[in-house]
Amino acid sequence: MGIVHGDQMILNIGPQHPSTHGVLRLEVKTDGEIVSEVKPYLGYLHRCFEKHCENVTYEQVVPYTDRCDYLAAMNSNFGYVVAMEELMEIKVPERVDYIRVIMGELNRVASHLLALGVYGLDVGAFTPFLYMLRDRERILDMFEYTCGARLLYNYMWVGGVSHDLPKDFVQICLDFLDYFEPQISEYNELLTYNKIFIERTADVGVLPADVAVSFGVTGPNLRGSGVKWDVRKDEPYSIYDRFDFDVPTGTGEFGTVGDCFDRYWVRMLEVKESVKILRQALKDIPDGDVHQAIPKKIRPPKGSVYRRTESPRGDLGYYIVSDGTPVATRLKMRSPAFTALSVLDEISRGWMISDVIAILGSLDIVLGEIDR
Amino acid sequence: MTFAEIKATIEKQYPGSVLENEGLGDHQVELKGEQWIEIATYMKTDPTLCFDQLECITGVDTGEEGPLQSRYNLHSMEHRHKIEVVICHDRKNPKVASIEQLWRIGDWFERETYDMFGIVYEGHRDLRRILCPDDWEGWPLRKDYEGQESYHGIIVPKIKEEEGWE
Repeated sequence: MGIVHGDQMILNIGPQHPSTHGVLRLEVKTDGEIVSEVKPYLGYLHRCFEKHCENVTYEQVVPYTDRCDYLAAMNSNFGYVVAMEELMEIKVPERVDYIRVIMGELNRVASHLLALGVYGLDVGAFTPFLYMLRDRERILDMFEYTCGARLLYNYMWVGGVSHDLPKDFVQICLDFLDYFEPQISEYNELLTYNKIFIERTADVGVLPADVAVSFGVTGPNLRGSGVKWDVRKDEPYSIYDRFDFDVPTGTGEFGTVGDCFDRYWVRMLEVKESVKILRQALKDIPDGDVHQAIPKKIRPPKGSVYRRTESPRGDLGYYIVSDGTPVATRLKMRSPAFTALSVLDEISRGWMISDVIAILGSLDIVLGEIDR
Repeated sequence: MTFAEIKATIEKQYPGSVLENEGLGDHQVELKGEQWIEIATYMKTDPTLCFDQLECITGVDTGEEGPLQSRYNLHSMEHRHKIEVVICHDRKNPKVASIEQLWRIGDWFERETYDMFGIVYEGHRDLRRILCPDDWEGWPLRKDYEGQESYHGIIVPKIKEEEGWE
């Protein structure tokens, strides 16, 4: 960290700290209360995901992807299977595509609900967290009803999904959406338009669009800075090109474009968009056999593929190099939270220590995915 | 711009920098390592190319005899086109110029690739391990990697060839 002058001091936040959202250590250089440098130290959760993937077959990689982004495991699965299917040129049945979109969007809602609730917690609002977790629980119940697991699903397989939807799933999901949509305005009343919350987040930690692009920040964080970029719209995968939805961007409602409030607000708007997609998908879902296209043995042709998908945290990319055997030569996960964390130092300088917590929370990182 | 046009533009600006490689896919181009920093600067700043987003850097080990590779996935937010640049490194002395100051995320991506493959990015201002501890030995994702037996008194699990992880 170099030489420390006069009133400067070094403060360690973490590795065990409730506001670091996992096992992360921040070395913060401060002058009094003003932060002049933040150095993140990662790797406390490193589980050699990429090394494991070179020692197990392609089918066995799916459960590992669950454990990377454990708050949006469906989307982690989704990214991997989409990349594999591109490499192997598999066309999956319509029903599988619809099921995947439904599951992916439900998981996006669940992940955003946790992100928004925990963000409230970070800046001192406890109650909204309980409301959002209550509703997230209903989504997890639906996942449990479908595939038996509540957090780590191993649900999407290359060429299909592990279980078909239960017979009454569509109705259950529609009932949930009818219940859930009015709740969003309740969250807004509780948290979004709260004066203290706005004071804590508006104009804080402004991330300009060009800096965001240079740091590879993606997803809601990039859109919060006003850049209209969503892989679902711009590089459509699966059947996302069939649905009608908007890509919300930050507008600087209470402060500057790209501040913490914008990143928060974009997530809230995205939840609404996900509900829109869900309603369309539930309406059109066709019948079919979900196991029909699953290959008996996965042996992709020689070559490589890089495919990115939109996870709740941003562009989740998988780089897969195959040499024609049932085991990958190289599998790299390009994690959106990794790039989001790298920008922390840049946007925290000059703010107070309590603001660093607010900024870190607004980036919505998952350490399991950063450290892999 | 299509991939062929991008490739032709680079070739025109830096003759001889594009290498022929049969084994590459649709969006991949192999470049010479020596001129990489100039080409990268050109690719980022030229208004017709304008690759402002570095999506990903992937290190690849092509096997016992083959070279190590850095693969850069570049994307242009403005023109919405993309390309993948492959640069091969000598296995004994893998090094290439750092693009950390062009794309800021290059900092962490290069540190990660250095951590896993030992590829040295020359000119990087803070090149140290990022995921493994600082005093870890060896480059874990190389094919010839042999893990250390113990780390500060903790036994490191070994991989068995046939049975996977012990």
